[in-house]
Amino acid sequence: MATSKTDKGEGAGERKRVLITGISGRLGRELSRQLHRNYRVIGIDRRPAEDLPVDVEHHRLDLRRNRTRAIFREESISAVVHLGTIYNPRRDPVSDHRTNIVGLQRLLGYVRSYNIPKLIVLSTADVYGPQAENITFLNEDSPLLAAARFVAIRDLVSVDMAAMSFMWKHPDTETVILRPVHIVGDVGNTAMKYLLRPWVPRVLGFDPMVQLVHQDDVVRSIVLALEDGVRGVYNVDGPTAVPASVILKHLGARQIPIPSSVLRFALKQMWRFRLTRFPSAEVDHIQWPATVDGSRARRELGYAPAHDMTSILQMLRESSDRMR
Amino acid sequence: MPNLVPVSRETSRTVISEHPLAMLKERLLGLVEDEECTSRLSQIDTKNLNEFGYDPFGYNPEVLRHVMPTLKWLHRYYFRTQVFGIENVPATGRCLFIANHSGQLPVDGLVIGSSIFFDTEKPRVVRAMTERFVPRLPWLSTFFARCGQILGAPDNCERMLESDEAVLVFPEGARGISKPPTQAYKLTEFGNGFLRLAIRTGTPIVPIAVIGGEEQYIRIANIKPLARLMNLPSAPLFLFGPALVPGGLLPLPVRYRLHFGAPMVFEGDPDEDDLAMGTKVKAVKSTIQNMLQRGLAERKNVFW
Repeated sequence: MATSKTDKGEGAGERKRVLITGISGRLGRELSRQLHRNYRVIGIDRRPAEDLPVDVEHHRLDLRRNRTRAIFREESISAVVHLGTIYNPRRDPVSDHRTNIVGLQRLLGYVRSYNIPKLIVLSTADVYGPQAENITFLNEDSPLLAAARFVAIRDLVSVDMAAMSFMWKHPDTETVILRPVHIVGDVGNTAMKYLLRPWVPRVLGFDPMVQLVHQDDVVRSIVLALEDGVRGVYNVDGPTAVPASVILKHLGARQIPIPSSVLRFALKQMWRFRLTRFPSAEVDHIQWPATVDGSRARRELGYAPAHDMTSILQMLRESSDRMR
Repeated sequence: MPNLVPVSRETSRTVISEHPLAMLKERLLGLVEDEECTSRLSQIDTKNLNEFGYDPFGYNPEVLRHVMPTLKWLHRYYFRTQVFGIENVPATGRCLFIANHSGQLPVDGLVIGSSIFFDTEKPRVVRAMTERFVPRLPWLSTFFARCGQILGAPDNCERMLESDEAVLVFPEGARGISKPPTQAYKLTEFGNGFLRLAIRTGTPIVPIAVIGGEEQYIRIANIKPLARLMNLPSAPLFLFGPALVPGGLLPLPVRYRLHFGAPMVFEGDPDEDDLAMGTKVKAVKSTIQNMLQRGLAERKNVFW
């Protein structure tokens, strides 16, 4: 398609092209709504396009397919936003692992060979891993230890590390790795599933500090990372850290404290018979602390969460009331 | 939705009291309240707390309202602590308290904390550094965090000082606390880390000599296999202890004496080699050792 090349020179009317992987997810949809007025948004996802702005160009395909290369060849893309990492311990870990690792490998190859100036990879603050010995402000240089205790999370750690090594090897591309804390909002992640339960198990005798961030703020951090000159690894933290019990109390959930060993054993057995959505290793998140330091993003990206804790809790309260 | 916004103390009570168990809890907590403690707590600095009353480390002064009365009783009536040089405690701003560690169980930390809370003109809540095993303990880990005690990692300490807190460090660590009686009041090796942090953050060091702790328990044995089994630094066995209180944890009613030294300010490169840093550490150590010797010479009796 020669048109894309000629389009580029057409002056003020031309918009930069942003490729978003995993666009059919809730964050992807929200991000494309934010970007489509200023950018030409191209989306890739294995899932169908739902609810995307009409001017978004959606390709329903797997990242590993050769057609992805064609998109890179035909469009002169100025930024890639990779939201397409899958984390779902209930699904087949082998196939997800391949999708995640090979998919990212392909994507990094295209970014390299087509000299894409900007790459944003959405990772997660879960890569540090909750541990008793954690310092209170885990910074971007803290070791990524999550997989030490929880094997299913290794994909997320590998994706983050692959992106980091790409960042160092290819300085021509401005690579940004964002590590947000537990995202809440419209999303269907483990944190939301846990918080919105009618009765919520807690670990007896433990009440770690928890950080939550609103999905809009994560989208905002991605938009800020698209700015020219931004590169590096950034923790994206929420407004403030509060104990897990305080969050649950505000949600009006019935809290059931269970000894750690009992809770883990029960989850392990239930998991075997597919009776639960929570792998037992995720108990770590409600037993040990894993709070991060978001000051680098605030300093260098100009990021500041717009949703304070009170409004996040209000939003969660409303969603949990709807579900009950 | 009444309990949705961060609630003030009064409203939170009315909400909680609906449940009979919660009501009982409130009543019990009400028993351990004290006017002096509450009024002094209202004077402490709250600039590092969020709208829910917590700081990032999990500290919540509300919990102290029910803890300080017990400490006050221990401090004033049980140990009858004598305090010297309390004017050396800065009323505001970052500061690092360095003290000798003694007494098998860290009661000395409680006494120092009480003194800086009750005996100063403007009360301060001391943030102490805990051992590595503390965050693994159920209940205690949460309780310590709520009371402002944090995991003793250099990064945590640096953050604390940067947010202008008063931090208590025992550079002797576990070595100091489980000394045998023959080594009483002889300082063991000091680490260099605290001084590097003090220089990097521009923090004045207030040396403290604690006298009394070494006599609070009569240790008849240190059961090392038990310590290894429980993953603790030491497992002391006390004379009398088990008979007096369950667990044998109540110390003897010794009289504590605290000597606060003048603040020491160090300058230079925080990344200097250990030798150069060692001479500065020695200055702090010998100050404490001198205060200890002088204090011991003045002391007429262990119990009064």
